[in-house]
Amino acid sequence: MTRPLPPIVHRKDLTFWQKLYIPEIVRGLKITITQMFRPKFTRQYPEERWVPGAAFRGRPVLVEESGVERCVACGLCSRVCPALAIEVQASESPYWKERYPVKFEINMLRCIFCGFCEEVCPEEAIIMSKEFELTFHSQEDAIFPKEKLLKSKEEMKERLDYLRANR
Amino acid sequence: METLIDIVKIVTVMGILLGVVAYVVLLERRVAAAIQNRIGPNRVGWQGLLQPLADVVKLVMKEDIVPRNAHRFLHDLAPIISISIAMTTFAVIPFGDSITLFGRTIKLQIADINIGVLYILAMTSLGVYGVTLSGWSSNSKYSLLGGLRSSAQMLSYEISMGLAVIGVIMIAGSLRLDRIVEMQSGWMWNIVLQPIGFITFTVAAFAETNRHPFDLPEAEPELVGGYHTEYSGLKFGLFFLAEYSNMVVASALITTLFLGGWQIPYAAEMGLSGNLLSVLQVGAFCAKVLLLVLFFIIVRWTIPRFRYDQLMSLGWKVMLPLAILNILATGLAILLIG
Repeated sequence: MTRPLPPIVHRKDLTFWQKLYIPEIVRGLKITITQMFRPKFTRQYPEERWVPGAAFRGRPVLVEESGVERCVACGLCSRVCPALAIEVQASESPYWKERYPVKFEINMLRCIFCGFCEEVCPEEAIIMSKEFELTFHSQEDAIFPKEKLLKSKEEMKERLDYLRANR
Repeated sequence: METLIDIVKIVTVMGILLGVVAYVVLLERRVAAAIQNRIGPNRVGWQGLLQPLADVVKLVMKEDIVPRNAHRFLHDLAPIISISIAMTTFAVIPFGDSITLFGRTIKLQIADINIGVLYILAMTSLGVYGVTLSGWSSNSKYSLLGGLRSSAQMLSYEISMGLAVIGVIMIAGSLRLDRIVEMQSGWMWNIVLQPIGFITFTVAAFAETNRHPFDLPEAEPELVGGYHTEYSGLKFGLFFLAEYSNMVVASALITTLFLGGWQIPYAAEMGLSGNLLSVLQVGAFCAKVLLLVLFFIIVRWTIPRFRYDQLMSLGWKVMLPLAILNILATGLAILLIG
């Protein structure tokens, strides 16, 4: 399949004024000068921040429900993670659920924000948040332990609703 | 005493010129941003007004890298030639009539020489040496091509530039720049008398200063950085400064030759005279130059770069005949009208 070629403009087809080029320059200048007074697209970053929509895949977080994480430490997220960023260690729990993660770590230097962990999770326990401003001073700082990953269910309501609606 | 006045004039003009050039860089960045619906540098100081200072500090701190097989002496010399020629050209441009201070009349022009126009044409021709030598001494194919392009381009456009000025000289009957300005009092600016000469000269000035759309010596898609590919740090900064001061000088030249220099139309009728008028005239000159600089900048972000053969055919097949025709028409008009 070849696309049709664009029409060829021959030099002969140009009018006298176009060949003179100066009126065309003036026309171009008019366009650029009007553009100067158009509204700007720039976002003044540290002052004006962008709040992403619910569909945005920021850093993954663990959903916290009534003081405990929903996670049952099945290890599916760790298994599916293409970048091998997630480490989970399961143990028997004193709560209503039988298992819980003693250790749940995500290495944010490895994470590629693919969202597979969220897709595979049977408990809706690990989901993607809106946070995208991630900076660290050392490689150790980049490994997020469970405490850093926990976010309450109410905080994550928008994403949870979005996931329900689009499942 | 005369020498002292001259030194004061030189220092003031040099200082103002360097300051203006630094801020023209900022102006270019802000205007470019505005044309592309961006904001541009506005963080350093109020509205980015200290940005030139930050840029200079950055350039000074950078490492000076010289290619292994470069000709060290010429590699160092080239930016110095470029900047000093760009600066010395301004010496003959009259930026005001004369001002009376402490009972002494001071002419607002550094060097009042009787062949001002010739001096300027000679100096701008010498400017090619900086670019060509930098291209050759870098021992890099991109630099060499940039330097060669620049010398060919400048030679071609020098001729139409010189011929375009001849019309103005014929009207003024003098090569003195202050005389040319005096002839343009009222609304008898040379742009009215010499529209073709003005257009030819302006286009040639764009080519001479290596500005868009004729910036082939540094066409980045083809030649990386052109003649200054192998330059870094302060030496690159000097080339950068030279490019922008060339632009300011070219604007000042166009103002002097075609836009009435420091003349304010009907200033005498408004009852202005003395030192106040002189100061206003300097202001008028600066305003005209700044508007032209703005024009140079907006053109850069409007017109795409010419191809090399287009550049050459425009120079030799259009500009040169046009300039010669302009001389013939001016001669005929002077002969018939007087």
